[in-house]
Amino acid sequence: MPYDLSPLWLSLRVAIISTFFVFVVSLALARLMNRRDFFGKSLVEALILLPLVLPPTVIGFGLIVLFGANGPLGILLEQWFGFRVVFTWIGAAIASFVVSLPLMYQSVLAAYEKVDPRWENVARTMGVSECRIFRTITFPLAWSGILAGLILAFARGIGEFGATLMIAGYIPGVTETVPLAIYFAYEAGNMEKSLFWVLIISSLGVAAITWVNYWRKKTAIRIGRE
Amino acid sequence: MLLVDFQKQLDHFSLEMQFELDREILALVGSSGSGKTTLLNCLAGIVHPDAGMISLNGRDFYSEGQKPLKIQKRKVGYLFQDYALFPHLSVEQNILYALPKRADVSHITELTKILGITGLLGKYPHQISGGEKQRVALTRSLAAQPDILLLDEPFSALDDANRDRCQDELLRIHEQWQIPIIFVTHRIADAEKLADRVMRIENGQMIKKTAY
Repeated sequence: MPYDLSPLWLSLRVAIISTFFVFVVSLALARLMNRRDFFGKSLVEALILLPLVLPPTVIGFGLIVLFGANGPLGILLEQWFGFRVVFTWIGAAIASFVVSLPLMYQSVLAAYEKVDPRWENVARTMGVSECRIFRTITFPLAWSGILAGLILAFARGIGEFGATLMIAGYIPGVTETVPLAIYFAYEAGNMEKSLFWVLIISSLGVAAITWVNYWRKKTAIRIGRE
Repeated sequence: MLLVDFQKQLDHFSLEMQFELDREILALVGSSGSGKTTLLNCLAGIVHPDAGMISLNGRDFYSEGQKPLKIQKRKVGYLFQDYALFPHLSVEQNILYALPKRADVSHITELTKILGITGLLGKYPHQISGGEKQRVALTRSLAAQPDILLLDEPFSALDDANRDRCQDELLRIHEQWQIPIIFVTHRIADAEKLADRVMRIENGQMIKKTAY
């Protein structure tokens, strides 16, 4: 290999971990928003979607305020678990989480809304618990939409740049993700290295989209139409 | 014995129901949007009345001022309009969906024979016809051995031959199971053939009860 591949491994680690948490949180949040009406629901939804419309630098600034050495969450994490978020790969994972959560949330919510409520009601009349209905009816029937959201979230996470740079900084070998590697190689005039990473990350994107399309077709054939 | 005496405010009128039903077949007729499906939904527990009571065999489904009985605990078999079969499960999985793995399925084996769907068990909903879906959905609604059966326009998508067959099968099942059955229909002929009583609902009001 012409270059050190640590940015790729770090980007994959950051994206996989943030996507995992995005997956769990989105499933629960979208379920709550899909099924319950409560005071302030619109405000909660606006807060979830806010990162979509904010510049990455604003998100990065917000994360520094929250997780910085004097930020409320930063102090708590340091006191309870003894670790810092700023200038670490964990900061990059948190930045990826925040920017990809709204994408995953929207996909999951749309996927839940496509599940005909009659299917869940039939299962209820048959005496089946809510937990089992979710596991055996709602989740499998929403899966193709959830999967599309997962891929989007992963791609957004792996491509995150602005907020990551602000909270995690650029420390080669420590917080150097692929997008940061591309930018700083370009800044240093190393076009060859920039192009190398551009090709790597573009190949990952093409592979992800191809796989999602294949999987969607396969799932559609298996489920069919009633 | 099903006892119904409730009110529910809908968009343009108030649904006001008061009747009793023993182990009979009751047909609900009336124009679209008159409140027939809402009545079934109130009995099943999908929606709740605003006031009054619903009870079946001494069990309170709904009693004003108290928490309604959960859908899961009502033991109601509900055949939805268009059947609502789970599209990702095979016919067999649809029918056995709610049953524990080691449950006695002799009544289901018998039902599949009566309804002629034994050969469909390995197929998926999108691979079978409308008449077959109706019979699968009927079997599924009876699989958990409900105390009451609710059918929302069960014959609307069937041709004449299939309709006659399904109606005969329903009568046989009722004779065997002896549970109250309430079904919604637009066809007076269906009501006259199957029902012990026919109730017409218009704008949420019970207009007429006819005994056959």
